[in-house]
Amino acid sequence: MNAHRGPRGVVGWLNATFRYWSLAPAVLLFAVLTVYPVLNLFRMSVSTIQFKGNTDFWSFTPRRNWDALFSDPSLSSAVSNTLIFVAVAVTVEMLLGLALALLVGRMTRGKGLMRTLMIVPILVPPVAIGSMFKLMYNHDFGVFNQLLGLIGLEPVSWLGSTSLALWSVIAVDIWHWVPFVFLILFAAVEGLPGEVLDAGRVDGADRWQLLRYVTLPLLLPAITVALLFRSILAFKAFDEVYLLTGGGPGTSSELLSLHLYRVFFEQNQLGYGALLSVLTIVGVLMLLAMGRRLVAGTRNG
Amino acid sequence: MSVRVADAARRPAHRHERPFLAAARARWLGFLLIALALVIVVAPFVWILQSSFKTQIAILSGAWIFTPTLDNYADVLLSRRSDFVHGLLTSVLVATASTAIVLVVATLAAYSLHRMRWSRVVVAAFLTWMLAFHVIPVITLVGPWYLAFKALGLYDTRMALVLTHVTINLPMAVWLMLSFFKSLPPEIEEAALVDGCHPLSAFWKVTLPLVRPGLIATGVLSFIFSWNEFTIALNLTSQANATVPVIVSKFSNDYEVLHAQMAAASILATLPALLLMFVGQRFIIAGLTLGSVK
Repeated sequence: MNAHRGPRGVVGWLNATFRYWSLAPAVLLFAVLTVYPVLNLFRMSVSTIQFKGNTDFWSFTPRRNWDALFSDPSLSSAVSNTLIFVAVAVTVEMLLGLALALLVGRMTRGKGLMRTLMIVPILVPPVAIGSMFKLMYNHDFGVFNQLLGLIGLEPVSWLGSTSLALWSVIAVDIWHWVPFVFLILFAAVEGLPGEVLDAGRVDGADRWQLLRYVTLPLLLPAITVALLFRSILAFKAFDEVYLLTGGGPGTSSELLSLHLYRVFFEQNQLGYGALLSVLTIVGVLMLLAMGRRLVAGTRNG
Repeated sequence: MSVRVADAARRPAHRHERPFLAAARARWLGFLLIALALVIVVAPFVWILQSSFKTQIAILSGAWIFTPTLDNYADVLLSRRSDFVHGLLTSVLVATASTAIVLVVATLAAYSLHRMRWSRVVVAAFLTWMLAFHVIPVITLVGPWYLAFKALGLYDTRMALVLTHVTINLPMAVWLMLSFFKSLPPEIEEAALVDGCHPLSAFWKVTLPLVRPGLIATGVLSFIFSWNEFTIALNLTSQANATVPVIVSKFSNDYEVLHAQMAAASILATLPALLLMFVGQRFIIAGLTLGSVK
């Protein structure tokens, strides 16, 4: 026993219990602010909650929220918009980010500058990005329509037309997140083993063969991680859409997160919102489980 | 793969006929694309910056040539109907407090998970829940948070924002600190312990100074993410405790969009992140790419 050597009193007690109190705050925070709310979501999803003043009154109405789900007129467009948003934005971001990472990897100078510039969009408040593009998309004086005017074309209603609004929002998401994919893949490109590439070159492989059979397989783990990150985070997209279109016109650019916001805070349907939240969480977690298998696959294979 | 490469070697290599020219062309193409990427990233910022110096009339008429004015900044910062300065104070307080708490809680938790011989089940359960929470859209939890904070009398307080911002940044912070702890050679700390150092002082005097880059990366990123956070701040506060992003959004979602003020407010909202970025760039890049490449 080292007891005779150790400090006594408070310090001794802190030392003896370090293991527990070092983890306790994080566990406590997660329990109170994530586990409890998620459990509460399940309880809310079978209830109707009404406010009288600041007090909430709950009644047990399991059928009601499911009925609301099946009669929600804008849910199907929110789901399909979200799927289109995630699929298109993430695909384009991956392709552009990869191309850019490979190109910059070939540069002999200016890599640092490139990297510095590419972190800017990731760190700027998404709300500021929303206002930025709101100005540029403006029908009457936005820069896009001014440029169209210069070459003699009619102004386009980027955010105000039901057929274009979602695509305009997707374009902003691409602008925002290509740099993120670039950063992850560029780090991987910089870490590529030079000997392997040289060996391929010595063996006479041309550039495309080198890319297809050497570089891409080596980058696959990083590509999978970037893809997983982006797919999951694209589901969370809220800020820019809220600012740019608010989901409109109609429900043409309404995403699931925006729909949840409306149900919770504009229509005050806490019970139905909770049911939608539970379903969203289950969906996202299934996606995550599938993604983890994918990552494990690329690392072992 | 080797078959294909051998194939290629046998084929007449047209593409290698004039390697010098091909290399020069590839280089030009590279530069061109990079220049294009730079313009695409920077141009929107230039556009909103010049808009912020225009009068509302100059913006509405789409003028390219104009007399710059500081009126928009004065209006956003000084006018009585603007809550911007109040929001700035709220944002600074919330981001600072939540970052400080996140750093302490996450560093301790990561160290504990890394060094304190928790059973695998505990570690796996903790990390899995953390990851799961991180991927859940935050709006799904804002509903129950709203109910809980209302019941506790914390709705529309800075305390509610601090607590929720700590929670949403904790997974990233624990993850980052864990990677930094893992990158340390275990011998250093073991030597300290053998020399009679107590666990607490080994942590405080030996390990913590070694992960200072990790602390900086985690701190800078937590501060920026708290500063930028919008979904929670929009729904858990009213005007009295609105943060900067919420106020910026108000300029655009009012009945009449105040374009010039919105531009100025957006620029002001962006400045802290930009400043921090230039100070801690190296650490931010480490933070953003760590764990994803390994």
